[in-house]
Amino acid sequence: MKWRSLARLRDLILFSVIVLAGTGGELCISRAMQRVGGAASFDPAQIARVVLRGLGQPWLWAGVSLMALAFFALLGALSIYNVSFVVPVTALSYIAGALGGVFFLHERVNFWRWVGVLLVAIGVTLVVLGKG
Amino acid sequence: MILVMVICGPLGNVFLGRGMKQVGAVSFWPVSHLLPAAVRTFANVSIWMGIGSLIVFFIAYMLVLSWADYSFVQPTSSLAYGVVALLGYFLLGEHVSPLRWVGIAVICLGVFVVGHTSPRTTDHEMAEPG
Repeated sequence: MKWRSLARLRDLILFSVIVLAGTGGELCISRAMQRVGGAASFDPAQIARVVLRGLGQPWLWAGVSLMALAFFALLGALSIYNVSFVVPVTALSYIAGALGGVFFLHERVNFWRWVGVLLVAIGVTLVVLGKG
Repeated sequence: MILVMVICGPLGNVFLGRGMKQVGAVSFWPVSHLLPAAVRTFANVSIWMGIGSLIVFFIAYMLVLSWADYSFVQPTSSLAYGVVALLGYFLLGEHVSPLRWVGIAVICLGVFVVGHTSPRTTDHEMAEPG
């Protein structure tokens, strides 16, 4: 009885870390690159400058750390469950990502972008269910 | 650049996967076994091709995010699922199930819908040159 609820708690934490740390990390990288600003051209010197400035942003490193954490949580989940169970859960990341875009990055996600995000999340789930 | 992302990302993972299969299963205990495994890993060409692809992926990712919304880039980068299936089907002759093709079609439809929204809805500056 007690062991069962512990296992459930472990799964809840594991999947929350995968979804939240994963998208959280990408959102942090996004914020870093928002601060740096867009590369004005494909000139290699310009690209190098933007990349180096990005690497100098604390947000970027916070993002990379969170993504690493999510990656290890994913490995952990995959050692317990099948891919076909784990990846549909991670499709929730697309929903979390759009929400993060709105609240953390102040992006304006309109109706059509929401529709697209939902379609992608459904598609990813189907792709993984169809593996086999 | 998004094309570079969705090709280099999966490619890097495929290379890493192939490399680690060539290296073989790593035993973590006793700890003295880890060093030769690490040496073998870093002596493997596939591993370095994988790391190279992933670095290119990350640079492309940073650049794309400097231009466009995250809520635009994230769904768009899911085209990688389609790329993986196509690579597997045409290059490796893998079987791709009908359900999977349906999923890929739904992803492409979703990306198409997202692609018709404005890529950038925040007003941040361009990096000043120099």
